[in-house]
Amino acid sequence: MNVKILGSGCASCKSMYNDVTRIVARNGWEVEVEYIQDLEKILAYGVMATPVLVVDEKVAMLGRRGSSKIERVLREAIKMQIS
Amino acid sequence: MDQSFAQLSQKPRWQMGVLLVFAVAAWITAYNVIQPLADWTSYSALGLARGSHLGEAVAFFLYDVPKILLLLSGMIFLISILRTFFSPERTRAMLGGKRQGIGNILAAMLGIVTPFCSCSAVPLFIGFVESGIPLGVTFSFLIAAPTINEVAVVMLFGLFGWKVAGLYIASGLIIAIVAGMVIGQLKLERYVEDFVWKMQVAVGMKGEKLNWVDRIQRAWESVREIVGKVWLYVVVGIAVGAGIHGYVPESALAGIMGKQAWWSVPAAVLMGVPLYSNAAGVIPIVSALMEKGASLGTVLAFMMSVVGLSLPEMIILRRVLKPQLIAIFIGVISMAIIVTGYLFNLVL
Repeated sequence: MNVKILGSGCASCKSMYNDVTRIVARNGWEVEVEYIQDLEKILAYGVMATPVLVVDEKVAMLGRRGSSKIERVLREAIKMQIS
Repeated sequence: MDQSFAQLSQKPRWQMGVLLVFAVAAWITAYNVIQPLADWTSYSALGLARGSHLGEAVAFFLYDVPKILLLLSGMIFLISILRTFFSPERTRAMLGGKRQGIGNILAAMLGIVTPFCSCSAVPLFIGFVESGIPLGVTFSFLIAAPTINEVAVVMLFGLFGWKVAGLYIASGLIIAIVAGMVIGQLKLERYVEDFVWKMQVAVGMKGEKLNWVDRIQRAWESVREIVGKVWLYVVVGIAVGAGIHGYVPESALAGIMGKQAWWSVPAAVLMGVPLYSNAAGVIPIVSALMEKGASLGTVLAFMMSVVGLSLPEMIILRRVLKPQLIAIFIGVISMAIIVTGYLFNLVL
């Protein structure tokens, strides 16, 4: 599974990337986590605000949310992948 | 957005409802208790004399800190709930096809309620402009959103009352509308970086569908985030304000910051540009300064300059705007703030 965090370099975007990396490591999931700052790549997803959580090329969550919410979203994504 | 991600396990609705009722009751109780508690602590428990410099300063501090923090939490919660009904996508759809004038007014108003962080300025700018929203209208939005700062509104309301808070919102709106219209009239499209016009933006991205449990969760996260960032500034700011309140003689500043000093408004705006502070830090100091003779117009001008003309945001916007447009942008907003400052000094 591939997870991308679209960010523009501001503190909350960076901290969400750190949250995601930490959650993935803590759960031992096989997930590739990328932090995308390139403007063209970000706009290709059709979003107008950052940070954005993208899972397997689909927009999964908009905006900066808490770790528990992020973890729920990722768990659901993994469950859907297995099923 | 894929809706299947939205079917997540959440707290059951009734549990959320109970928590909410509890929180509201606790808030109302706390708000009514702080004044008597502050007085009792200063004058009985600590034994300070009423009317003394120290007594007044401490009572002021012990009352205002919890009051402002409570107001901040409450109002940010409510504003965040309101913002869950808006999104950049919805705003873009609403502004599509609106011409100058109406478009500017709508854009400025939407700037208040649409969730916006200054790091989103670039994707949002491109998204709006690419979908055909006029440059001037886009600017009205981009000016209103950061300038009309909810923390500033809450603090102005808490320290000065609803009239001043209302004036702040109204002047922010007028500045955003007028500046946007002026920029629109100047036909500055050629000063937008060329790549913006060539971009293929994926339009048609819909915002998330939210239920009430999610809205309340988001609002609560916002409160935690903002109050978490800002509480120390509130405490320090009010402490400094309390000190000035108790100790600096009246009218000490009337000479340099009062209505008579005609140059104080432009100077205040200039001082605001390099400062990137959050509103919470600036306002309590500003309130104490005002008590000592600085005039409201000068002080509001300073505040709007600090939050509305932020250097970091200008640096971010440089990615999509050529230097000439950035300069005009800063120039128009500064003029508008200066005029507003003078107007308030004259009228109030």
